[in-house]
Amino acid sequence: MRLKRKDLLGIAELERDELELLLSTAESFKEVSEREIKKVPTLRGRTIINLFYEASTRTRTSFEIAAKRMSADCINISVSTSSVVKGETLRDTAKNLEAMRPDCIVVRHSCSGTPAMLSRYLACPVVNAGDGAHEHPSQALLDMLTVKERLGGIDGIKISIIGDITHSRVARSNIYGFTKMGAEVTVAGPPTMLPPGIEKLGCRATTSMEDAIRGADVLMMLRIQSERQAEPLFPSVREYSRLYGLDEARLRAAKKDVLILHPGPINRGVEISPEVADGPYSLILDQVTNGVAVRMAIFYLLLGGAKEGLQEGVKA
Amino acid sequence: MKKIVLDEKAIDRALARIAHEILERNKGSEKLVILGIPTRGYHLALRLRKEIEEIEGVQLPTGAVDATLYRDDLGIKKDQPSLKRMEIPISIDGRKIIMVDDVLFTGRTIRAAMNALMDFGRPLAIQLAVLVDRGHRELPIKADYVGKNIPTSLKEGVKVHLIETDGMNEVIVEAPDAKG
Repeated sequence: MRLKRKDLLGIAELERDELELLLSTAESFKEVSEREIKKVPTLRGRTIINLFYEASTRTRTSFEIAAKRMSADCINISVSTSSVVKGETLRDTAKNLEAMRPDCIVVRHSCSGTPAMLSRYLACPVVNAGDGAHEHPSQALLDMLTVKERLGGIDGIKISIIGDITHSRVARSNIYGFTKMGAEVTVAGPPTMLPPGIEKLGCRATTSMEDAIRGADVLMMLRIQSERQAEPLFPSVREYSRLYGLDEARLRAAKKDVLILHPGPINRGVEISPEVADGPYSLILDQVTNGVAVRMAIFYLLLGGAKEGLQEGVKA
Repeated sequence: MKKIVLDEKAIDRALARIAHEILERNKGSEKLVILGIPTRGYHLALRLRKEIEEIEGVQLPTGAVDATLYRDDLGIKKDQPSLKRMEIPISIDGRKIIMVDDVLFTGRTIRAAMNALMDFGRPLAIQLAVLVDRGHRELPIKADYVGKNIPTSLKEGVKVHLIETDGMNEVIVEAPDAKG
């Protein structure tokens, strides 16, 4: 089994058997992080570059730890300390990095489509670590792994994604991923945060928080991303929290044993109350643990195999 | 053309003998841990544990050691091999490890499995038990316990079928013209 592509740009283009391969591979990789010596020699001599044009702690650290636990060399580039501040274009930066022969470039950018564009210039695999409001595939994979682990499978489960759906790449990747795996997906939020036509992705949309909570096996709360809102999408944080925040009172209407996910970083008391975030149903830290395993699986499946295979994917 | 070289009875007898040999050579079952290489080596490990339990009355810690991440052909094969399970039941420090696989061929899997094991600690010794040794070693590796030596040509295929994974117990040798 192998992935049918050179790059991991999004969940939208993946087929279900590829998602299943990524998830089962990630399940096996979890064991490595439980060891006393958390390292396997699998990617010895490979170089992975993390190119981050946006702030990140979790994702960047997770990719870096995944690379290092597989014995790859990992270099982090953040924009504030790079030549980008001198006016170098993205393409020039990428081509220059490629000239140093990395085996994979992980990229995060505020513009949707950046990883796809880079993948056309670069011969090495490109992994999307989040691009604008487009996709965040590794996040969706770790969310699916977390749910699969707890519920034994994804087929037929009900998941509600609540918050700013319009600006959320996490929501988009998860809608693709969970629907492909056979789950029923509901998205919920105020009308200003629900993009028109979102149902075309195969999910149900509602503006009612009660509706989203009722009967759901999994609640995924999204962070309110003030940095992506050009103008405010709700009158006040307090009002948003009252209508769409998840607190203990709201949780009483939920299914017993509901699972709560959040991609982090959490705004305590805004989209999720501290009691819920730290409560027994919260899987927020399991998600982070699973993130490392998922990224190890991505590297394993993209960087392995004979080199000719990679060349086939080069388009320009 | 395919030829059955070990049938169910012969496999059972070979495993029973290996169990006795393990106990004889190690003067009992003290400090022993059985680790099988998935998939079939793991099932053989479970069978060996049962054999030893019937003889000695002790249930040895048994697990699986997956060599995939330590293979030397990861950048050479077209597809990435799928990962199996790694299950080390107790600390292997100071233990005698009986590593179990179905077929010993080039020795490369055993090399990888030993490297994997060393990442978990420092065993007192590693001994190798295989159901079939078909020859053609590419590394200086030798089995301590062998169910049956089957001289083969490189063109032939050796397949171990176990009831747990394949619905029957037999070892067959396939001549090249039987392909397809």
